[in-house]
Amino acid sequence: MEIVLAIAIGALTASGLWLLFRPRTFQVVLGLSLLSYAVNLFIIAAGRLRTDAPPIVGRDGPVDPGLYADPVPQALVLTAIVISFATTALLLVVLLASRGLTGTDHVDGTEEDL
Amino acid sequence: MSGWMQHLTVAPIVLPLAVSALLLAFDERRRALKRVLSLATVGALIGIALTLLWQVSGAAGSGQAAGPHVYLLGNWPAPFGIVLVADHLSVLMLLLASLLGFTALFYAMARWDRAGPRFHVLFLLLLAGLNGAFLTGDIFNLFVFFEVLLAASYGLVLHGAGMERTSASLHYITINIVTSLLFLIGVAMIYAATGTLNMADLAERIPLVQAGDLALLESGAAILGTAFLVKSGIWPLSFWLSRTYAAAVPPVAALFAVMTKVGIYIILRLSWLLFGDTSGGAAGFADNWLIGAGFATMLFGTIGILSARTLTRVAGHYVLVSSGTLLAAIGIGGQALTAALLFYLVSSTLAVGALYLIIEPVERNTDEDDMIAGIAEPVFDDEYTGALEEGEEDEIGIVIPGTIAVLGGGFIFCTLLLSGLPPLSGFIAKFALIDALFRHGAVTPTIWVLIALIICSGLATLIGLTRAGIDLLWTPAEDSPARLSVIEVAPIGLLLATCLTLMIGAGPIFSYMEATAGAIADRAAYVDAVRHAPRAGEVQP
Repeated sequence: MEIVLAIAIGALTASGLWLLFRPRTFQVVLGLSLLSYAVNLFIIAAGRLRTDAPPIVGRDGPVDPGLYADPVPQALVLTAIVISFATTALLLVVLLASRGLTGTDHVDGTEEDL
Repeated sequence: MSGWMQHLTVAPIVLPLAVSALLLAFDERRRALKRVLSLATVGALIGIALTLLWQVSGAAGSGQAAGPHVYLLGNWPAPFGIVLVADHLSVLMLLLASLLGFTALFYAMARWDRAGPRFHVLFLLLLAGLNGAFLTGDIFNLFVFFEVLLAASYGLVLHGAGMERTSASLHYITINIVTSLLFLIGVAMIYAATGTLNMADLAERIPLVQAGDLALLESGAAILGTAFLVKSGIWPLSFWLSRTYAAAVPPVAALFAVMTKVGIYIILRLSWLLFGDTSGGAAGFADNWLIGAGFATMLFGTIGILSARTLTRVAGHYVLVSSGTLLAAIGIGGQALTAALLFYLVSSTLAVGALYLIIEPVERNTDEDDMIAGIAEPVFDDEYTGALEEGEEDEIGIVIPGTIAVLGGGFIFCTLLLSGLPPLSGFIAKFALIDALFRHGAVTPTIWVLIALIICSGLATLIGLTRAGIDLLWTPAEDSPARLSVIEVAPIGLLLATCLTLMIGAGPIFSYMEATAGAIADRAAYVDAVRHAPRAGEVQP
């Protein structure tokens, strides 16, 4: 499972970075989205990987923490997902405004001379 | 501390947040109401910051313990819940942010708040995010407040629309989203190495981190630090800064002067709290990097000031010089130097804020056409109900005669402040920095380089601003000087008066800075206050 997760994070980061450096605004937005998926997976990995373990401890007394998944990274990921979703939406609006004003989807607002 | 007073710590976040939500409910056309509400809110923020400062510094007397005020959000005990900590440093930053916010908002009423929709809402949200970032004692919560302030700043950079602003903010937003991702990676790595996100808890656990995990912790901290360095505009990660700040409307740019200081604040706090002398294997982490990066930034900023052709670029590069000076001083460390750098931080932030405000009226004389071109046609139809129309200007305030005299005086004041010439507070700040550097112990080549850079950057600022001043103010005007309203002059005057207060009251203010430096160095007191914060409803010991 670790290797699958590691490959997933690596692939997402690599493609995200490649897209981020492309000259078209839409590619940049997609790159940022892929990067944020990679980061979200990374945060989950920071809490150690567990399957079939509940993150919430019941009320009945002391328990063995080894039987439970770490709830903190899960909470962090939820917050991070919401925030990156919102900022990506905002970036899309700016992208549209820039496209409308400059008439090109180049990140600099002008087509470079080739 | 009892009754409602204990909730004062959370007020700087909740109050602007609530009012900005309220303002959303009103139509854009009810501008007077929005202005009054938002100005009153920021005024109240100054009051709250002053009260907190009074309490924290122990001047409140009877029964009130001086020292950090810890507020447990949701009454969860630390380190499980999120805590807000109001100590000397955060209260100082709160006061700085609200002062600058108040003057920028006041200035914006002259006409800038009509250049686009929902200016006041975004402005208050930005202040809420800033205050939250200064108060929080939890690194993930810090991320959340950073996002709040960044989201608001995206909107404010776009305020006024236009091609230049849209294009600059496209870059600004992209860079900041990437930076936020770096922030998250850093936080995740620190969590993986220590198992906690609470700053006080981190300070306790970092000395216990095993040698095997130290690399993970340090790389996490380095990635996190890179995120803050991007925000504070370190070379070579500062290429976005001067262009974005030049594109933003003046009141927004003035408020942004304090945004770079958020990064500085966090680096200052974390480098003392987490990587101080008693932090075991991680002690003194990255100090040399900070010094080197600080030098490079100062050098870059100095060259930038000398080569800048417009005043906004001079101001943008001055922000870099100021960041670089602060970072190098943080890297060198020491309690006396910390006190001096705090004084420099306050003085330079207020001065650069005043410069951003004064630039536009000064340049209005020369290139009125460019300024009008800055406010372009709307992008979305529904938004520009109250967009700026030329000719509307005349209604506001009385037009001051002798515009050039007022502007020239203010400009000279700014120049003296920024370049650090006597007798103003800029000089006192630089003098205190250099004095602290000499008393730091062995005067190593590093310290000589820093002193030389401080002096050279001051000289470059003087040259850059004088040249611009001669061009803009001494050129005989073909047409009559531009109009200037009281609403524009008053906030500039207020900022400069604050700097004057810094100079006249340098004694007591400096002793507060020394107390702040002492409180930053006293990690045990900070950790203790957070760990033993009483929960509401519990009997206090």
